[in-house]
Amino acid sequence: MVAKRIIPCLDVKDGRTVKGVNFKSLRDAGDPVALGKLYSEQGADELVFLDISATLEKRKTLAALARSVAKEINIPFTIGGGITSVEDIAIALENGADKVAINSAAVRRPELIADAANAYGSQCIVLAVDAKNIDGQWWVHTAGGTKPTDIELFSWVRRAEANGAGEILFTSMDHDGTKQGFAIEALAEMNEFLTIPLIASGGAGQKEHFKELFDRDAADAALAASIFHFGEIPVPTLKTYLKQNNITVR
Amino acid sequence: MKQIAIIDYNAGNIRSVLFALERLGVEPILTRDADVLNAADKIIFPGVGEAGTTMNYLKETGLADLIRNYRKPFLGICLGLQLMCKHSEEGDTECLGIFDLSVVKFPGDMGLKVPHMGWNTVDGNGHELFKGLETDPYFYFVHSYYAELSDVTIGQSNYGLPFTSVLANDNYMATQFHPEKSGLQGEILLKNFINI
Repeated sequence: MVAKRIIPCLDVKDGRTVKGVNFKSLRDAGDPVALGKLYSEQGADELVFLDISATLEKRKTLAALARSVAKEINIPFTIGGGITSVEDIAIALENGADKVAINSAAVRRPELIADAANAYGSQCIVLAVDAKNIDGQWWVHTAGGTKPTDIELFSWVRRAEANGAGEILFTSMDHDGTKQGFAIEALAEMNEFLTIPLIASGGAGQKEHFKELFDRDAADAALAASIFHFGEIPVPTLKTYLKQNNITVR
Repeated sequence: MKQIAIIDYNAGNIRSVLFALERLGVEPILTRDADVLNAADKIIFPGVGEAGTTMNYLKETGLADLIRNYRKPFLGICLGLQLMCKHSEEGDTECLGIFDLSVVKFPGDMGLKVPHMGWNTVDGNGHELFKGLETDPYFYFVHSYYAELSDVTIGQSNYGLPFTSVLANDNYMATQFHPEKSGLQGEILLKNFINI
């Protein structure tokens, strides 16, 4: 049986791991290489590295940093942030990524998902999507959650799946950083119709939130940042708890 | 020190295999040069991609014959395992035929997501690749096609149905999972291959 995955996420800016609340108020959370190595050794199932720097120039230095992380870890590694073309994917893979997360660029140019999947296979392409619930419907936002779109979440992930995305990473902007639990209802609904894996992101604050997510079969994997970075719930503690609650984890 | 070569072709995650070996203190050569490959003490054949395209490439470059005639320890990974079989349903592809078995797609009607992606357990026999592993170790898988069980299956896993996760015959070994991405258990398995 396939184990449910626990995925720490490194949001990286100016060479440091940062974390905010509702996509704002960033605070420093440490050295990405040291954190990545720690999580890999602690039994995290994958690692996600999101480059949230503002400029192209800073991106170049971050590629080298991503490579330093990749060299230290022995678990699957996803690089995201600023991926806009098949060439960007090639650079990420060259720097040790196993998968890339594509977000805003896929909204601007939906055929990017198909092009990327054709070039490197669906297993390599994660569609990352940030969305906000407005009057009962989920709306996709781009550019780090700053730009609203008129794209509805469920239709968007269906389309990405049809275009060849290999996984969906959904972040609820309403839940991100609040530590009040995942967007369970939206996740459960998506996980019902999706035929590719779904990663839940945004809102993890307690061990019970992960249990609730997996008990509802609302996702295949859970991604979180601050609870791991600030040592609130170490990965081994979380996994032991899930095992005790009959959830299959590694 | 023994020289390990990684077959360099357009497989997406070659860098991951390279980094994994470097972490184990090995300096592998990444090459598609026949002389260098034949001279190496061991070959690793990684793979992420599509069977038909990759098989065509291996035939055109002469790598297919080189692999078939190689007599030193050889490890195929993921698509590498599938291409070492006789036939793959993916693109109806005639493969290398090192293992006399077929590769087929996971049925879509099992109520399970395809690809089989994530960590799953492997039930292995006493082969030296498994030396020092924990009981029912977890490994990382990403694949939509699988090799059926056979008499050269030395490790099996279950995803709606039992399938081959490790093959071995003579000098040839292959894993459906990615040992280079499978934490400590993956490192132990790679180390076992290095020490064969």
